[in-house]
Formats: sequence, C-alpha cells, structure tokens
Amino acid sequence: MAKKLHDTPMLDQLESGPWPSFVTGLKREAAKKDIMVDLLGQLETSYKTKKGYWKGGTVGVFGYGGGVIPRFTELKDANENPVFPDAAEFHTLRIQPPAGMHYDTATLRKFADIWDKYGSGLIGLHGQSGDIMMQGCTTANVQPAWEEINAMGFDMGGAGPALRTSMSCVGAARCEMSCYDEAKALRTIINANIDDMHRPALPYKFKFKFSGCPNDCVNSIQRSDMATIGTWRDNIQVNEQQARDYMKGHGMDKLVNDVISKCPTRAITLRNKADAVSGASISTVAVDDQHVMQIENHDCVRCMHCLNVMPGALLPGKDKGVTILVGGKSVLKIGATMGTVVIPFMKLESEDDFEKLNELSRNIIDFFAENALEHERTGEMIERIGLVNFLEGLDIDIDPNMINHPRANPYVRMDEWDEEVEKANERKAAA
Amino acid sequence: MAELRAPDECGVPDPMPFMHPTLRNNYGKWVFHSHPKPGVLYHRAESGAEVWTVKFGTARQLDGYTIRLLCDLADKHADGHMRFTARSNVEFMLTAESKIDPLIKELNSHGFPVGGTANSVSMISHTQGFLHCDIPGTDASGVVKALMDELHEEFIKCEMPNRVKLSTSCCEINCGGQADIAIIMQHTKPPKINHDLVANVCERPTVVARCPVAAIRPALVNGKPSLEVDEKKCICCGACFPPCPPMQINDPEHSKIAIWVGGKNSNARSKPTFHKLVASGLPNNLPRWPEVAAVVKNILSVYKADAQPWERMADWIDRIGWPRFFEKTGLPFTKYHIDDWRGARTTLNASTHIRF
Repeated sequence: MAKKLHDTPMLDQLESGPWPSFVTGLKREAAKKDIMVDLLGQLETSYKTKKGYWKGGTVGVFGYGGGVIPRFTELKDANENPVFPDAAEFHTLRIQPPAGMHYDTATLRKFADIWDKYGSGLIGLHGQSGDIMMQGCTTANVQPAWEEINAMGFDMGGAGPALRTSMSCVGAARCEMSCYDEAKALRTIINANIDDMHRPALPYKFKFKFSGCPNDCVNSIQRSDMATIGTWRDNIQVNEQQARDYMKGHGMDKLVNDVISKCPTRAITLRNKADAVSGASISTVAVDDQHVMQIENHDCVRCMHCLNVMPGALLPGKDKGVTILVGGKSVLKIGATMGTVVIPFMKLESEDDFEKLNELSRNIIDFFAENALEHERTGEMIERIGLVNFLEGLDIDIDPNMINHPRANPYVRMDEWDEEVEKANERKAAA
Repeated sequence: MAELRAPDECGVPDPMPFMHPTLRNNYGKWVFHSHPKPGVLYHRAESGAEVWTVKFGTARQLDGYTIRLLCDLADKHADGHMRFTARSNVEFMLTAESKIDPLIKELNSHGFPVGGTANSVSMISHTQGFLHCDIPGTDASGVVKALMDELHEEFIKCEMPNRVKLSTSCCEINCGGQADIAIIMQHTKPPKINHDLVANVCERPTVVARCPVAAIRPALVNGKPSLEVDEKKCICCGACFPPCPPMQINDPEHSKIAIWVGGKNSNARSKPTFHKLVASGLPNNLPRWPEVAAVVKNILSVYKADAQPWERMADWIDRIGWPRFFEKTGLPFTKYHIDDWRGARTTLNASTHIRF
C-alpha cells in the first residue's frame, strides 16, 4: 500500500473516453508505489502551471557511459526541498528490444516484475528511437535493475552523442514486400558498433534504420543518419490468378484509377491482349480474358504503389538488394533534412554482402566522427562539405541516381573537366 | 560499496526466439496479404501457412497490470507471443480465422480499441512531454489520449482515402516526427534568461554555437558572465534551452501549438515529403486541448470527403493545390506560411500553374 493520492482534477479528466488512459495506468501503480503517487503530483502541477519540472544530470551504470536518462525534480519548496520527494529522482533506462519488436509473454512478464521491484512499474513500449523505456527509477536502484535486465540478455540503448538504438520493420517476419533480412542487417551493424552506443564519443547522435521495402515503415529516410531500404533491380514479379482476383473484386475503373493512373512514372500500360508488347524489361499480367497490364521496369522507380494496391498480384523482383541513403535528421539546427542516395543498389544476401554493409557503416561513422563539428548531424555535415567531398572521403563512386537533376548554376571551378570525363569513361568501362 | 557487475555487452537480441512460430517458420517466405476487416490482417506464405494479425491500440505508457493483462491475453489467444509496431500498437498473431472474433471481443471488453490497419487513422507517434522530458512545452501522453478519444472511430474503422499517420511533439525539435498531420509546440517569445545561473550551469560557447541565427552572444550582466539574445534576430526555436536551462523558452501563455500537414515517409507514388505548416497560435489548453482537436478533425473530415482512394494527405494537396487546401479547410493563409528560411525560394511558385 502506498501513501494517499494527491488530488489530480486535471489528470482525472483524462480517464474518461474510449482510448486507453495512461492516467488510469499511472494510478494503478500509485496504489502500490509512493514514487508514482508523487509522480502524479508533479504531473498534475505541470498540467496546472504548463511548465516542465525535470532536469538532467549524470546517472549511469558501471561500465557504460550512456543509456540512462537521468531526471531530477526541479519542483522545490521555499527551503529547496522537493515538493514531491518520492518522485524527486525518476530516471529512465533505455533498453534495446529484439529487432522487429517481437516478444514472448515470459519476457514481458519478467520486465514487469523487475520494474515492480526496482522502478515505478511504468514501461513505455516503445520510445521514438525504438527503445523499451523503463521509466521511474531512483539513482540507487539503477544499477541493480540494470543487472537483472542485462542478465535476461537485454542490453542498454543509446543516449547523447552516440550510436542510437535502431529499428527495423516487421519485414521478412510477416511481409511479402520484404527485400532483405532486416533483423540480420540491424543486428550486424548495431552489434558491431556497440561500443559507440555505450561510450558516447561521437560529435552527435547517429541513427541507423532498416526498412524492407520503399514503403519505409520505420521512416528511415526522414529519421535516420543511414537508411537501409530494400529494393530490387529486375522485373516486378506477377501472379495472374491474384491479378484476376483483384480485377473480379474491384473492376476496371479501380484498376485504371487506383493502380495505373497513380503510377508516378507512367510505367504501367493497360493493353488489349492482342496488342501486348514484349521485351526483356516488361512485366505482363492478364487481368481478365481480354486485357493485360504491362509494366516497363526500366521506367519503374520501385515506389511500391501498384504492389500495395494489388497485393500478391505484383511482387518485388527476384534480384533483391538495398538502397542506402545518408543524412536524414529532424529540425535542429539547419531544418529537417532527408537522407539522400549514396549507394543506389547493393546485394544483401551472402555473409560477404552483410560484411560489406558493415564496413560501409563503420566507414561512415568514422568519417562522421572525424569530420563533423560538435553537435552536427551527418546530414548537416554533408550540407556543409558537399556530397562529393563526403563520397570521396569514403571512396564511393558518384552516380547520377544520387541527384534529382544536375547543377543548375555555373558557379563552380571545372579545371579538371577532362580528367573527370576520363574517370566517367573508366567507371562506364568497369560497369 | 558492493562489487559492481561488469555489463554483458550483448547488443540487440536476436528476434527469432521471441517471434511467433508461424512467422519464424516462414521468415522471408511470405507471398500474399489482405485486409479482411479493420484491425485484422491476413498473410499467406509460400508454404501455404496462414496467419491472421489482430492490431490494437494502447496508451504506450504501460503499467504493470496492463503488461500482465496483455500477456494473459496473448497466452490465451495468440500462443504467448506479440509484437509492437513503430506507432505503439500491439499485434497478436493467430493461426486460425476462428480465433479472431473471440480475441477482439475480449480486447474490447478490456478497453483496447482494435484497428489502426490500412486506411485508418493510426495511433499518434509521440514524445515524452511533462512526464519525462527536461524541455517540454506541453504534455505528450495527454494530448494523444485526448485526440485519440476524439479520433477513436477513425482508428477502429477504415474509411480514410489512405492511411493517416499523426504525430505530436512538445517542442520544435519535433521528436514525434514527420506525419500526415503533426501537432507541434511553437514558441513565440525569445527565451527569458536567468542571468544568475548562466555562468554556473551553461557552457557558453556551446550555447552560442547552437543558435541557428547567431542571435546569442556572451555578455556581462549585473557583473556576472552571462549570455544575451538579440531578440530581433531570435526565431524562438528553443535550441539554446537544452544546453542552457536558465534560458527558459517555454512560456505558459505564449508557447502555442501549430499544426503541420502532408508529411509522408513512404516512397509510394510521390517521393517522401516533409509536413508543412498550416495553422498555429492554438492555445496549450490542458487537459484536453479542444482547439487542437477541432482543427485536426476539420482537416481530416475535408481530406476524407475530398481525396481520392489511395491519396495520402500530401498526394491530395498535390492534386488540389494549396490555395484550395486553405479554402476547403477554412484555415487562414498568413505571411507566416511563406517560408524565409534557407532554400525558401524553391518553395515559391515559379510558374503560371495556378488553379482557378
């Protein structure tokens, strides 16, 4: 039994309504724990005053330099004593989930038990970087709680200027669009660079995200410094039975309006069977006895739209791999930037392929560590030094897939034009 | 001092031991999916193996009772496994169609809304707010609870033109991320500086370097080393506040809420887009933010009525144009909608493409 609840008239208003209430959850814990009684007291104060009352600090676990988010209350009385003393320390442990956020119930129960014993009982599933957030721990309890979590086979996540916890989509586990083993790629890269997560020493944060196809369900282009996104370079695969089923269920108007006319590069054509064209780069599928849908795969940009609308009828090609984009980040300091292409395509199947991806990741982190200014993200660094300098630093060849269009101004020195043409010819010959 | 245990630097756990056996056994071998009804997905593998996924919403901040309840339900209905999505929805995988309705019934009886699939309004991706952030302008869980109460029907039904993803962020750093509709704190006044504390708390060159518009400079105030802000230059972004808490940017009265639309992470149809500012000046009106809910619901209802099937918010606006977006939603178009940050000229209309 915990101490008496503080009055929380504002928070109480968030207990009604059809959506699950976090306030009801907090109160359930408050019935057992003083830390949660006082957390509710401080939160209610924030609701009244519209002010936050947490400050950071330095709390960690033995052997690591990051992963704990320390929170000390700043809500003090006239004598500098905390108004809500039992929640005066309310730290969070960031824990990395299994790739794809799969759990068995024994594991989740064990987390709940550990957090009953050492923390507030409140677990966030999950934070915006994908961490399991074990929230509400006193300084004294951080180490013993961590030791029990670590003994389960779970490791601390990232915080501060460090490699951050990563995310991958459900991918190969349950999606026909998946173009590579997302979980394996995530674990290969993160676990090889785990020292940079646990001992923050980078200029600023560095995030990897892994999406199995260009639908990019984990938002890797906008939210990660290095995005690995599945794609393919041969023809879209077709399944005539599924295509006919789609047509039966939806009709010609839906096929035209929802599928064909929404192709961003007009790569899809509907033809009478008799007028069908043939070619090595064309995917053809009959949708009924009279019509075929034909996709010119050289024009296709792998946007996923037609595959999304006609699941099973159209599937990614067989020659799968990944596109790598670098430099995505949110607002601070220059405004949000998206990742842009640095590797248009690479295979990701054999152990050697994964090792190449791992090397590329390490090289990019190293380049970032050596060249970024303090508190500068990879995208900002590239904006400052230019993509070409970034690529040359990493020994990556330029490729027209990296740009929307060539330079539109003449303000550049081109003394070495002839040498660059020579290099372009060499690249062409080597391809 | 007790002996400290050195960490086992084990890294990201292998998902295989945690994964539902049908997913594990058909890893990388899926060939088809469909959407039998809101909140339910059907997947079939090459082998003919089938799995039905039931998706439902949570508060994201889960107490021990709720976690154990989810575990009990997963043990009873879903072979003791579950997974979480990037938007904090929970997915139970079922191996027989007959298991769907009993599970949904039980989930609903415990207050879990089943939905969030396909062309629904999914759970709001959000931040920590007053609960745990050190620089929040507002709460996060509360905004989400209040809004999802209002949008509950749109979560459990699939009546939108395409999927709708929302986010909220308690400051302009936008940890909630890009979204079809994003609700983000917008400060409108420069930081109020507590000059007594700056010298002891802040590394001043770091703070000066953080300012995107070079409005901060070192100064001697009341005989103490401190910082001053050129308030004419200041864009009230709050970037100085995290490295220097005595530069208080949050203002209970003047920190407002802005609404942004048209962010899209997917490459489907158009390339990914960032969300764009459409409304601001909304009050931080706790505990239920009714003014914010009204604007969001209005935008959603116009989109729902006007967009073609499969058009995301960004695709729809791309077709109808921004003037008609403002016209149809009734939102006022102001000078603040015209960008003047770096690269702004690329956001201007350099053509005669004008819809009448």
